[in-house]
Amino acid sequence: MNAASDVLVIGAGVIGAATAYFATQQGLTVTVLDKGLPASGTSSACEGNILVSDKELGPELELTRYSLDVWHGDLAEHKRLWEFESKGGIIVASRESSLASLNRVMASQAGYGVRVDRLDPDDLRKAEPHITPDALGGAFYPEDCQVQPMLVAGHLVRLATQAGARFVADTPVSGFLRSGDRVTGVRTPRGDFSAGAVVNCTGTWAGQLAALAGVSVPVLPRRGFVMVTEPLPPMIHHKVYAAEYIDNVGSSDAGLQASPVVEGTPSGTILIGSTRERVGFDRTVSTDALRLLAGNGVSLFPFLEHVKAIRHYHGFRPYCPDHLPVIGHDERAPGLWHAAGHEGAGIGLSAGTGKLLAQALAGQSPDLALAPFAPARFGEQALNSTTHREEATA
Amino acid sequence: MSAALPGTVEADVAVVGAGPAGLAAAVASAEAGAAVVVVDAGPQPGGQFWRHRPESVEPDPDGKGHHGWRTYRDLRARFDAARHSGRITYVPGQQVWMAEKVHAGFVVRTTPTVTAGPTSGTADGGSTVVARRLVLCPGGYDRQLPVPGWDLPGVMAAGGIQAFIKGNGGLPGKRFVIAGTGPFLLPVAAGIAEAGGQVLAVLESSSPKAWLPHLRAAAGVPEKALEGVEYGAVFARHRIPYRIRTIVTEVLGTDCASGVRTAKVDAEGRVRPGTERVYRDVDVVGFGWGFTPQMELPLSLGVETRMDADGSLVGVVTERQESSIPGLFLAGEVTGVGGATLAVLEGLTAGTAAAAAPAPAAVVPGLRAMARHRRFAEAMHRAHPVPAAWQDWLAPQTTVCRCEEVTAGEITAARDDLGAHHARTLKSFTRAGMGWCQGRVCGFAAACLGAGPGAAPSIESLSGAAKRPLAAPVGIGELAALKNTDD
Amino acid sequence: MSANTSGNNPSGTPGEVTVSFDGRPITTSAGQSVGSALVTNGITAWRDTRKHARPRGLFCGIGVCFDCLVTVDGAPNQRACLVEVHEGMEIKGSSEPNVPPLAEPEGGRK
Ligand SMILES: Cc1cc2nc3c(=O)[nH]c(=O)nc-3n(C[C@H](O)[C@H](O)[C@H](O)COP(=O)(O)OP(=O)(O)OC[C@H]3O[C@@H](n4cnc5c(N)ncnc54)[C@H](O)[C@@H]3O)c2cc1C
Ligand SMILES: Cc1cc2nc3c(=O)[nH]c(=O)nc-3n(C[C@H](O)[C@H](O)[C@H](O)COP(=O)(O)OP(=O)(O)OC[C@H]3O[C@@H](n4cnc5c(N)ncnc54)[C@H](O)[C@@H]3O)c2cc1C
Ligand code: FES
Repeated sequence: MNAASDVLVIGAGVIGAATAYFATQQGLTVTVLDKGLPASGTSSACEGNILVSDKELGPELELTRYSLDVWHGDLAEHKRLWEFESKGGIIVASRESSLASLNRVMASQAGYGVRVDRLDPDDLRKAEPHITPDALGGAFYPEDCQVQPMLVAGHLVRLATQAGARFVADTPVSGFLRSGDRVTGVRTPRGDFSAGAVVNCTGTWAGQLAALAGVSVPVLPRRGFVMVTEPLPPMIHHKVYAAEYIDNVGSSDAGLQASPVVEGTPSGTILIGSTRERVGFDRTVSTDALRLLAGNGVSLFPFLEHVKAIRHYHGFRPYCPDHLPVIGHDERAPGLWHAAGHEGAGIGLSAGTGKLLAQALAGQSPDLALAPFAPARFGEQALNSTTHREEATA
Repeated sequence: MSAALPGTVEADVAVVGAGPAGLAAAVASAEAGAAVVVVDAGPQPGGQFWRHRPESVEPDPDGKGHHGWRTYRDLRARFDAARHSGRITYVPGQQVWMAEKVHAGFVVRTTPTVTAGPTSGTADGGSTVVARRLVLCPGGYDRQLPVPGWDLPGVMAAGGIQAFIKGNGGLPGKRFVIAGTGPFLLPVAAGIAEAGGQVLAVLESSSPKAWLPHLRAAAGVPEKALEGVEYGAVFARHRIPYRIRTIVTEVLGTDCASGVRTAKVDAEGRVRPGTERVYRDVDVVGFGWGFTPQMELPLSLGVETRMDADGSLVGVVTERQESSIPGLFLAGEVTGVGGATLAVLEGLTAGTAAAAAPAPAAVVPGLRAMARHRRFAEAMHRAHPVPAAWQDWLAPQTTVCRCEEVTAGEITAARDDLGAHHARTLKSFTRAGMGWCQGRVCGFAAACLGAGPGAAPSIESLSGAAKRPLAAPVGIGELAALKNTDD
Repeated sequence: MSANTSGNNPSGTPGEVTVSFDGRPITTSAGQSVGSALVTNGITAWRDTRKHARPRGLFCGIGVCFDCLVTVDGAPNQRACLVEVHEGMEIKGSSEPNVPPLAEPEGGRK
């Protein structure tokens, strides 16, 4: 038996790393386990945007705002470690109809306090000189920022261990220790680990882990591809995405969350992301996805047609049927907590999630109510309702 | 010369690579009656081993400086005959960037190796090959270990120097030092000397005594001994010093290589103090630490892999060279680095099997010969290991990833502070392997550094370093125009 | 790949080919790679790295390392070790960054 701790975090992606870090800041003793190394799951197969621009009014926007405060507040001193960049996001409309939708979205976002500026074609070309000549206008979101997500996870685990936490790599959890109903620890090939609270931060695998404890947490994979170009001199200065995708879903709600993003990185490469498809954990490369990404990229930035892609990668977004994460204590298995299912926003939401959960773990009432994210909010049927049909990408 | 091949081509067998393995596979498949498509990145057949000057300027090369040229001439004549009769469709100058398994077999997608410039007046594009069976013969490239100064112009891969001579007929400099390990350093030095260059020294980190336990395996392949005698004669004629248990500890120079600092090492590769020596006025330094097979295409199709005696990741194959994916055959370096003769034998076997032809009698002796060559290759790998202590030669500021300019210090910090013990995680944290070459050059070294001093990288780490979802850079315009072939 | 241009040879000497490197003419012989043409003319480095502006030229010699990138006839990031010279070829090193050719602002795309 390994030494017991107050909190046992399973999973060292951004969510587990942030949870562990903030738990140590609460003075709790913490152990972190991962089946691999830090940042070996979805946190190393994503884009690292912290976006306000794609959020609609509701609990996710509140969590995003809270999280942004944590990035700019508690975590400000570490910004450089993970290449934090406040570069702002731009949504571009190239059709009259999408410009109209964009204007509608901007108005409602401004109504609930999201900072957004309208860009006429000249402003847009000043901000992004290589944008498509078809662009009719856009919207600028100064609060959107970017981090290097692997470095976030890696350094938060390191900072947590410096604050006394223990990190154990290559240790897959295979079962739970129980005392009556209560979860008191986990089983692993490296022996048992016991703790006052066990936190499930296993992202896309959270449903599988929860099942080991006999509870259902409907987190499912949604595949996303990202294409990476050759390194170039700075050509794209913000996160840029197309408003046509608001059109695709017909209205202002939920639609923006499925937008493709084209952005430059500090290393000169341009990321063209990202598709969304429900195909389970299928890792087969899809030419459809590559074609779509390439086409989307060229339609926003025509110069990309003559640029080379040097790699692509894909990850599996952990999502729940209602597109909200599960964060908090699971009363069905006392002692078990979850922080998972952040879908396409887990990087941005990690800071806030970790801080709020640490407050709850320390017995405080969290700065933001966790009720909308309650793990037991789904009926038992949720798990079976997913289809394996491929849905519209991007 | 290059038959333009737009659009989609269908075949019974697709062969990737036209080196020793690929040529043999194509010929065997075609002669067994299959319709074959051969895709190769190079402009003409030959691969690395039989690379020769462009046939447009030297239509009938005499094979000077080549080994097994008779075999090449024979394979080439059969290859040309099969092209003539329409059994082989040859697609040179195209790199495969992706291979997929589909219901009907395999789809191979290509992109031009060289992009025609807007002012060149020519247009080009990629092609798609659909085939029932696929034979991958992509060969390999020189394995590298970083050392201070190895990123200076004038430092080259040992094989790269040889390729320069074979492909251009000239030399990339005047005064050379060749260093690393393995018998391959000998033909490189001999080639330089025969082309008129001066080889100041060949530095071999191992010792001939390392061969003693393996003499039986060596005796099984007498032609290798003959080659050795031949090189010995060239070395004597040109007075090339051959120094064993010696390494380059630093390449000297500010904007290009101007010399090397060397030292003697013990059996583990630890530098012996007081043995330092400097060679000056060197303009080309060649390094070779064995070869790394190009595994990205086999890996992308999901083949079972293993670690070979030289520490390389290679594909597992049956006696018929079939991989763990039915219908997918591997031949040449990707099944284990073993030289051109073995590559040809494997290619013939794979090609015959891929054509779904019953093995002709000739293949049976082939099997025995392959076993002999494999035993020899294993003995060679064991006698010429990557020195265990090589990581000690690095300074913290030594560049490891040449593309992204990531230093040894940054890599060991990510390993020690952030727990990055695998090449993939090191890449995430430091960008080592994220650049243009996608970790082809630094992948092995990064995996070793992740494992820590003296430790060998795990097979997971090596696979992480060798996975490249795009096997070659490909134009985004080309991707936007992709067609699905599995409808 | 590059066309055989032995018939188009204004310099007169059989097999001699003239190309330009960063605007300056250099001569080489037919069948050479761009890398060979440069190196045998004493140009051993033609690219500066992005981070530390270090000089680079040929390394692997076989198209694997991408150290030898040049712009050839306006096509950026070509591997000098793989491209065969032809008469009149314009070769540029990367003293200026390799900006991809930009589309004309004419619109007209779907
Ligand atoms: C293509 C793509 C683009 C994206 N872009 C963005 C973006 O721009 N901005 C943004 O905010 N989000 C983005 N996301 C979403 C984001 O990546 C995820 O929400 C986030 O990474 C989830 O983090 P996590 O820590 O929950 O999961 P993970 O990073 O997957 O971590 C889970 C960890 O649990 C471990 N684990 C699993 N099972 C076990 C077990 N049994 N025992 C021990 N350990 C286990 C795994 O090894 C893993 O390390 C994107 C996602 C994708 C796929
Ligand atoms: C530079 C160099 C020089 C060498 N010289 C010697 C020597 O002198 N003596 C010796 O014993 N061994 C030598 N070797 C080892 C030698 O490679 C093998 O012994 C032998 O050539 C292996 O044959 P092969 O057919 O497996 O591979 P190769 O000869 O390497 O042929 C592989 C072919 O596949 C093509 N290819 C690879 N990937 C793709 C792709 N994605 N798309 C399209 N085409 C692709 C390559 O362009 C190449 O033409 C050398 C290796 C290298 C790298
Ligand atoms: S020298 Fe390595 S790609 Fe040209």
